[in-house]
Amino acid sequence: MSLIRLLFYFMSFIAIASALYAASTQNLVRSIFVFFVTLFALAGLYVLCLADFVAVTQVVIYVGGILVLILFAFMLSGKETLDVMQQQKGKFFSLGKLPAILLAALFFIVMINVVLKADADNLPWVKDSIANNNTITPNTATIDNIGVNLMTRYLLPFEAISVLLLMALVGAAHLSRKEPEA
Amino acid sequence: MITLTDFLIVSAALFCIGLYMIISKRNAIQILIGIELILNAAILNLVAFGKHDAVNNSGQIFALFAIVLAAATTAVALAIILNVYRKYKTIDPDKINNLKDQ
Repeated sequence: MSLIRLLFYFMSFIAIASALYAASTQNLVRSIFVFFVTLFALAGLYVLCLADFVAVTQVVIYVGGILVLILFAFMLSGKETLDVMQQQKGKFFSLGKLPAILLAALFFIVMINVVLKADADNLPWVKDSIANNNTITPNTATIDNIGVNLMTRYLLPFEAISVLLLMALVGAAHLSRKEPEA
Repeated sequence: MITLTDFLIVSAALFCIGLYMIISKRNAIQILIGIELILNAAILNLVAFGKHDAVNNSGQIFALFAIVLAAATTAVALAIILNVYRKYKTIDPDKINNLKDQ
């Protein structure tokens, strides 16, 4: 077993275990902080896919931006949020959650079946790209290529997403302003 | 080497955990975390397949777009959650059952 495979198992174990913990814990604060760990482990998985730039972006935007925003909202929404959490404290496995567990488990079985049947490593275009040397290798510098592609081939989606981000931020600022006393 | 199928299985597991969180949680912030988990599962798939496209980098670039979209979603969703909290003093989605005019 090579080191990279060992690292893959390590990272995916951390990602899935921390996601499971975030899903099962009753404590909102723990859930948020464990989600940090999941995001870091996912960034590690992106590095194993040879997508270092996406991994760095994940750390900067998700961990630095989104999670801080979630923590902020949690702290602004005050004590009653925690009280809601405390009320449903009880057994780890409650009957009310059975449908959700059942649905998620069945979905998982279906998806695993699809993944195994699809046999992604033998897809025609993947084989073509391996045959034509179109696969990223560990010593390719991907960042320059990403920058050039972002400014040429993907310029239109890039501009569209910048306008959308602006709209979303203006909308968020508008939503969170104090409403005038009517 | 790590195969594509390994990444797909990890991402399917993350997707199902996110689905479970969205259905079972009684707290809007935890539902938001579930949505983020599902988005991350999708990004993992994009990145894993993007490895086989060294010229155009389509997978990685759309993963970047998805991350930006997640940021926009979270900003708007948190603004909505704060507004709902101000009005109802709770963020349990089951208890929010009125429109603006009651």
